[in-house]
Amino acid sequence: MKLAYWMYAGPAHIGTLRVTSSFKNVHAIMHAPLGDDYFNVMRSMLERERDFTPVTASIVDRHVLARGSQEKVVENIIQKAQQEKPKLIILTPTCTSSILQEDLQNFVNRAAINSHCDVLLADVNHYRVNEFQAADRTLEQIVRYYLEKANQTNELSQTKTIKPSANIIGIFTLGFHHQHDFREIHRLLQDLGIQVNQVLPEGGTIESLKNLTKAWFNIVPYREIGLMTAQYLEKSFNMPYVATTPMGIVNTALWIREIKNIIKDNCEIDIEQYIDKQTRFVSQAAWFSRSIDCQNLTGKKAIVFGDATHAASITKILSQEMGIRVSCAGTYCKHDADWFREQVRGFCDKILITEDHTHVGNIISEIEPSAIFGTQMERHVGKRLDIPCGVISSPIHIQNFTLSYRPFLGYEGTNQIADLVYNSFTLGMEDHLLEIFGGHDVKTVITKNLSTNDNLQWSQAALGELNKIPGFIRNRIKRNTEKYARDNNIKEINIETMYAAKEQYTG
Amino acid sequence: MAKEILKFECETGNYHTFCPISCVAWLYQKIEDSFFLVIGTKTCGYFLQNALGVMIFAEPRYAMAELEEGDISAKLNDFKELKRLCMQIQKDRNPSVIVWIGTCTTEIIKMDLEGIAPLIEEEIGIPIVVARANGLDYAFTQGEDTVLSAIAHRCPELNEKDKNNESNLIFKNFFKSYTKKTNLPLVLFGSIPNIVANQLTSELKHQGIEIAGWLPSSRYDELPALGEGVYVCGVNPFLSRTSMTLMRRRKCQLIGAPFPIGPDGTRAWIEKICTVFNKEPIDLKQREEKIWSTLEDYLELIKNKSVFFMGDNLLEISLARFLIRCGMIVYEIGIPYMDKRFQSSELKLLEETCQKMKVPIPRIVEKPDNYHQIQRIRSLQPDLVITGLAHSNPLEARGITTKWSVEFTFAQIHGFTNARDILELVTRPIRRNSSLKNLGWSKLVKI
Repeated sequence: MKLAYWMYAGPAHIGTLRVTSSFKNVHAIMHAPLGDDYFNVMRSMLERERDFTPVTASIVDRHVLARGSQEKVVENIIQKAQQEKPKLIILTPTCTSSILQEDLQNFVNRAAINSHCDVLLADVNHYRVNEFQAADRTLEQIVRYYLEKANQTNELSQTKTIKPSANIIGIFTLGFHHQHDFREIHRLLQDLGIQVNQVLPEGGTIESLKNLTKAWFNIVPYREIGLMTAQYLEKSFNMPYVATTPMGIVNTALWIREIKNIIKDNCEIDIEQYIDKQTRFVSQAAWFSRSIDCQNLTGKKAIVFGDATHAASITKILSQEMGIRVSCAGTYCKHDADWFREQVRGFCDKILITEDHTHVGNIISEIEPSAIFGTQMERHVGKRLDIPCGVISSPIHIQNFTLSYRPFLGYEGTNQIADLVYNSFTLGMEDHLLEIFGGHDVKTVITKNLSTNDNLQWSQAALGELNKIPGFIRNRIKRNTEKYARDNNIKEINIETMYAAKEQYTG
Repeated sequence: MAKEILKFECETGNYHTFCPISCVAWLYQKIEDSFFLVIGTKTCGYFLQNALGVMIFAEPRYAMAELEEGDISAKLNDFKELKRLCMQIQKDRNPSVIVWIGTCTTEIIKMDLEGIAPLIEEEIGIPIVVARANGLDYAFTQGEDTVLSAIAHRCPELNEKDKNNESNLIFKNFFKSYTKKTNLPLVLFGSIPNIVANQLTSELKHQGIEIAGWLPSSRYDELPALGEGVYVCGVNPFLSRTSMTLMRRRKCQLIGAPFPIGPDGTRAWIEKICTVFNKEPIDLKQREEKIWSTLEDYLELIKNKSVFFMGDNLLEISLARFLIRCGMIVYEIGIPYMDKRFQSSELKLLEETCQKMKVPIPRIVEKPDNYHQIQRIRSLQPDLVITGLAHSNPLEARGITTKWSVEFTFAQIHGFTNARDILELVTRPIRRNSSLKNLGWSKLVKI
């Protein structure tokens, strides 16, 4: 047993449901007790979804516990097949069905005979995989099922499209800025003269899966979901894939070059010229990092935490594209820890792999960065510590499902990220003026929550001096001074102590 | 009598509601010195953290004991594991009571929470209350019912209290007018915000009725004494288990009354209590009429409009009864579970209200099927659908006005004072839509 207050990644069935409800004509039936269909609320509220979420539950109640589900699951599947007429029904196990150990596969087989749609059992175990792994698996499972089926019936598209084309795999519901990212990638591909063959799973249909193989290659924008599918397609159908995330100027260029490598001479435009033009003149981010504004960010400390894709990309952007010092980069994707380490090595002082939000919070309060880039949880830690935070990864709240166009990927993405980073740090000039004129914030110091309390005395003069320091760094100066005082056995802090501390901890 | 005219139907039970563990959200705030430990899986945790949203960041006094594979396969010892966690909670928070919330998983693996709790309680010296608020048996607000019915066992015994005081009793009779209470003690049950509890208390005080206490009280160590001769009365319609425990196990006398929701309900509730205590209600009719007169502007908005309750929190009967009295027409009352005995007075009042307002009695659908309900909503086209968050946006996109039902659980809706708050909620979508109505985009789905 584990005492837990909060988690970064949801349970397995959430991943499965995110995949199934992204398709247009797939219905999921959860084998679950009353109240477990909370996914519907999330989708309806967070995504402000206009349609009914195609997820229902086959309720596990007292009777099921006593006698087994018996006909119930089968009937529910058949009924749903008639009511909603989906092409595919996915029976989704939950933590409850994991322990009940009913033969769900048998239900699926029986239901398949009597309904006019396909029925599959999602191959996920609650106790072994989390939301992301389950999503990755389920998508692969659906794709594999339909490609094998099409292969057997010779319906599989054998020919490639005439012009170069790609499938985009891993855009789906409740994903962090996925809709915007998709539009941006689509635009980029258009610029390169590449058609989008299929998008999976968002908005996809079961019937069109057999056309997946028409594409020349696959694009997997995010590490977390889609890799398994891309690997399967590579192995079975010789389709190459690009798994680089086009986030940030450097990585977007890298991504374009990888695509060029795949489509070789079929590219209509001069790739290098395109990259150069986009980088220097279309995207504003490269210019921004040279502008004097960004100079003020040089060497400022930041902490990055999120899913593997976003945390790694943002770490690299901050470090190599903006000259910000990333004191710590971390992810909660424990299952992908090796990849993450490899990605951020050399771009940060410290690597953190944890699923424990209090651990992340403690490290933030220890390092006291000027800004945090993390999930909603880090934003709240930032609020408590008075450190600004830009949200760069799920878990997220409704305010991160923006109505306006906010991609993180591609060249427009670089602009968005630059804005996010810049607005998260205190504005450069303001910062400078505050330092010169002692700040306009005259709040008295709130007694520290986080600094350890051991009867240190502040002299009146020192307190006065402390109050002259701008509010947003005052607490840090106070803590540093107290730390210095403790280290040097000073009981009363006067102005001299403050200056001595400042000398010791410059930067 | 009520049953003859009221029609009850029962559907498949395929409906959306919150898991009953959500009761920790309001109970940990109500019982200030408590700590709620939900013993379940990631699924439960994920629900709580998403359902409670921002509250999670305020260092809540609740946590998950997240079961791992070792716990399920009994490789780990439940007793040792729970003891370890409870000791940690004791160290970090030092609560006066730890409430264990049993979930579906603890039911299925038959974890003997009731057996383990007393052992750990003895070792660590903090009372541990066990409530099985799981989705196998209960819906949403029924979670509170299981917790309160478990806590009811922990209330001190009324007579024992007296026995301890026996030697003092004569003293007291002499020096204090101990006998001033001619009535037997009255305990109200149901968790409502302290401010609302105070409002109801003072309404009764106005009628010369003193309350001996509330279940739950705002601190665990202030739980009211129970026992033979204690009258109890519920303030929420979903507390049938608690009422059973109070009657059968604690030998209390239940006052079956409509619930104090809406001015009509509040009046009927007070009147019933007055009858039991042989009091002639003072100014009650005027008080109710005055409240109604303050609601005029809202009543104007909803008069003759139709409502459809999809059902998810068991407040439906009382709310429907109030809205009918407000002049609305109720098509259907969906409800997760209907205890006809505990709600009998409320049902009777519903029936009388329908007769008085000359509207047909709505159908009451127990364990509704959301799919069928949506078909019915499509054909009935009600002016307002009261429903959970899963259906709200999709219905709105189809031009059907909705109010989400969860708000009624968290808002202050009891007593005379808060009648306006109910209507504030009910009329909000109607007011919003009337300001947008001429724009021409009420239906926002492609069909």
